[in-house]
Amino acid sequence: MIKRHPEPLLWMLFSAGGMLSGMLMPVLILMFGIAFPLGWVTAPTYEQIAGLMGNPLTRLVLLSLVALSLFHWAHRFRHTLYDGLQIKHLNEVIAVVSYGAAVVGSGLAAYLLWQLG
Amino acid sequence: MRADTQSNQAHVYTDYHPRWLRQHVSTYWWLEKPVYFAFILRESTCLFVGWFAVYLLLLINAVVDGPAAYQAFMAWSAAPWMILLNVVSFVMLVFHAITFFDAAPQALVVHLGRTRVPGQLVLLGHYAAWIAASAAIVWLLVRA
Repeated sequence: MIKRHPEPLLWMLFSAGGMLSGMLMPVLILMFGIAFPLGWVTAPTYEQIAGLMGNPLTRLVLLSLVALSLFHWAHRFRHTLYDGLQIKHLNEVIAVVSYGAAVVGSGLAAYLLWQLG
Repeated sequence: MRADTQSNQAHVYTDYHPRWLRQHVSTYWWLEKPVYFAFILRESTCLFVGWFAVYLLLLINAVVDGPAAYQAFMAWSAAPWMILLNVVSFVMLVFHAITFFDAAPQALVVHLGRTRVPGQLVLLGHYAAWIAASAAIVWLLVRA
C-alpha cells in the first residue's frame, strides 16, 4: 500500500489538516488550555459543553479537525525525520507507525463522537 | 572503496583524486543557518498539532464519560505544567497557522472568470476566515 504512490492523497490530507488546524486550533487551545484554567473566562459547565457537542455540526467539525490534524502531523513528522534527522533506514517503519496512529486516532474520534449523539 | 583509495599512498594520482560526489551532511545541518532553523521550527509545529488533537480526544472522551470526568479533565488542564505546555503549544500553533496561510497563495490559485485572483487577496481571505472562525468559537464557548 505504501509503495503504490499514495503520496498525492497523503499530501491532500496533510494540506487539509494544516488548513483546518491553523484555522481552529489556536483559539481552542487559547480557551481550553489557557483562558479557562487561569480563570480569565468562566469555563462552560458540563451541561453546556455536552449540549454544544451534542450538535451534529459540532461533532462533524470536531471529527474532521481531529482526524485531519492527525494526518497532518503524521505526514509532516515523517518527512521531517527523513529530511531533518536523515533517519532514512527507518522510513517505512516511521510511515507505518505515523499513519497508523492517525488512522487509530481518527477511528477513536469517530467512535467517541458517535456516542455523544 | 574510499578507505582503499585513501590508504593507498603509492598511486601517482592520489594528489589529484576527485572530490567525492556525495558530501557528508551533518545530522544537525539545520542548526547551521537561521533560515534552516526556521524551516525545522516550522516543520516541528506538527508535534503541537498532534498534541492538541490528542488533547481534544481526551476532552471528548471526558465529555462522553460524564460530569465527573469533565471536571477531572479541567482540573488536569489547570496543572502548572499543563498550562506551560499549552502556552508553548499556543505559540507554536499560531506560528503554524501564519506559515501555513503564507504558503496558501502558492498552493491555491483562484480564478474569477479569466483573471487570476492576486495572491495577496487569497492570503487576506485566509486571515478573514481565521478571524471569523476564532470569533465564532469564542462566542459559542462564552455565550452561556
